[in-house]
Amino acid sequence: MTLYALFGAIEQGFAYGLMVIGVYLTFRVLDFPDLTVDGSLPLGAAVSAMAITSGYSPLLSIFMAAGAGLLAGMVTGILNTKFKILHLLASILTMTALYSINLRVMGRPNMALLGQETVVDKFVGLSGLLPQYATPLLFALICLAVVAALIWFLHTELGLAFLATGDNQQMITSQGVNTDNIIIFGVGLSNALVAASGALVAQNQGAADVNMGVGSIVAGLASVILGETVFGDKTISRALIAALLGSVLYRIAIGLALGLKLGSFSITPSDLNLITAILVVFALIMPKMKRKFLAGRSK
Amino acid sequence: MKKILLLAAAFLLVASTAFAGKTYVISVTQIVEHPALDAMRIGMADRLKEKGIDFTYNVHIAQGNMATNTQIVSQIIGERPDLVLAIATPGAQACAQKIHDRPILFTGVTDPVTAGLVKDLKNTNGKNITGMSDFSPMDKHVALIREIVPGVKTIGIIYNSGEPNSVPNLKALKVEAAKVGINVEEATIANSSGVYQAAKSLVGRCDVVYIGTDNTVVSAIESAVKVCTDNKLPLIVGDVDSVARGAIAAVAVDYYKMGLQTGDMAARILVDGINPADMPVEFLNDLNLHVNLKAAKAMGVTLPQPVIDRASKVIE
Repeated sequence: MTLYALFGAIEQGFAYGLMVIGVYLTFRVLDFPDLTVDGSLPLGAAVSAMAITSGYSPLLSIFMAAGAGLLAGMVTGILNTKFKILHLLASILTMTALYSINLRVMGRPNMALLGQETVVDKFVGLSGLLPQYATPLLFALICLAVVAALIWFLHTELGLAFLATGDNQQMITSQGVNTDNIIIFGVGLSNALVAASGALVAQNQGAADVNMGVGSIVAGLASVILGETVFGDKTISRALIAALLGSVLYRIAIGLALGLKLGSFSITPSDLNLITAILVVFALIMPKMKRKFLAGRSK
Repeated sequence: MKKILLLAAAFLLVASTAFAGKTYVISVTQIVEHPALDAMRIGMADRLKEKGIDFTYNVHIAQGNMATNTQIVSQIIGERPDLVLAIATPGAQACAQKIHDRPILFTGVTDPVTAGLVKDLKNTNGKNITGMSDFSPMDKHVALIREIVPGVKTIGIIYNSGEPNSVPNLKALKVEAAKVGINVEEATIANSSGVYQAAKSLVGRCDVVYIGTDNTVVSAIESAVKVCTDNKLPLIVGDVDSVARGAIAAVAVDYYKMGLQTGDMAARILVDGINPADMPVEFLNDLNLHVNLKAAKAMGVTLPQPVIDRASKVIE
């Protein structure tokens, strides 16, 4: 793996970092498997691309994307809580609808941002660093700012209710908190982060594409699990940072797979999906293996 | 002394490579593995070999994943290639966004202007990028349809509205059909499992079904073949590979030939040192006609003899 490839992997890890944090919030905190992600990521990209080409500032376009993602997530939340549709199905319905909506937003399947000024260009100009270092730095700073804000939020009264909703809904309901509203808000918040991530990704890769969300949830879950396994999840702050670093690790693993050569045996590009799946399986069984190993030793 | 030795060693190294002829490093990014896209990659390599150009090919395929597609660009930058070959739109866009200091050659991009790769087809914006478009010669497709199905009033088309290549194709079909007073009925799908349903929805609404170079539809073309055979509805396509899979005929870009022509462009950049900014976007004018007699019979069409005579491949 060359230095460029390593920095490229770190860059991708942080570009998708907000998405992974969003996935963490629904999957782990709210205990809500949310497939809206595959649709809200391109939604964020589409909104951002449309806003930029219509003359809005690229920074503002990220907030517009987040707003759109918030609405999309809230739709999933409302379908689940108010209409009692199973969470998985509710999110699949929103995701399906978003495909058409994203095509409407852009008016075409692929919207180029080549030649348009993006937040990446602005930051590269400001920092004076080479693009390959400035870009991952920018995305890392954005992710860390969001993580800091989330850590603060999760220690407020509303944040604590949010954390408790996923843990024990009955208990928190008996405390007089409306869990429906918390789920609607939580899934909305998660998808706002996912859409903001989509906006960053589109500005980084030079185009928004209606198919760019495919496989997001798999990448998001893999990153969350990888992060938990490697960095631990003892406290909420640690878990959030672990999820973010998990995103980076996941992309580094893919980067390694892309350039792997073992003597005369080299990984062909078609092996990549298999490697991704093995990686996720490995991350999933690691904690169990660890426990078994420790139990075996104490005998 | 050490310095002199080092210098001498460096000189020898440079001299030996100069005498052996330069080995060019070409990094390839391709969005997905697919016969047409693979054919372009192989065609370009074959043409460079024919020309006696020494090169190594670093092939990266994103397996349809946009995140991997972007990540591949950093892999490529690390390889410090002499030329970047980007096959299909997403790879070309990601490279154009990040690579500015070395030539990028794209191929198999239907609409490079809308994709933002070049300002216009003459490539006048002075960037490090040029390439080939596989835009369907829609006037020839419509002419072929009229030749095989005389008196056609309505063409039914199945396409994926989410594919960047399909939307301009549909627009072109509408324009060409309108010129000769033919209507177009659309059936849109979101994934390949929808092809069967979409084909069925066209039965009774059109005289002939047309499927362009739409990756999603083409990947499940057998379902369209089945519906068309069952309902004696002719199926004419926009890529020659689908003819072997059961469509009646296609006059289309031969992706291998397109790869060969891309190889010519690559040689001009690498060997002749021509700046990509000075090279306009190229098209493939040498088209192939394939016909399938068995499919024609099954769909209730008699192929006119001139069409059979013109075909470069006739499937009995």
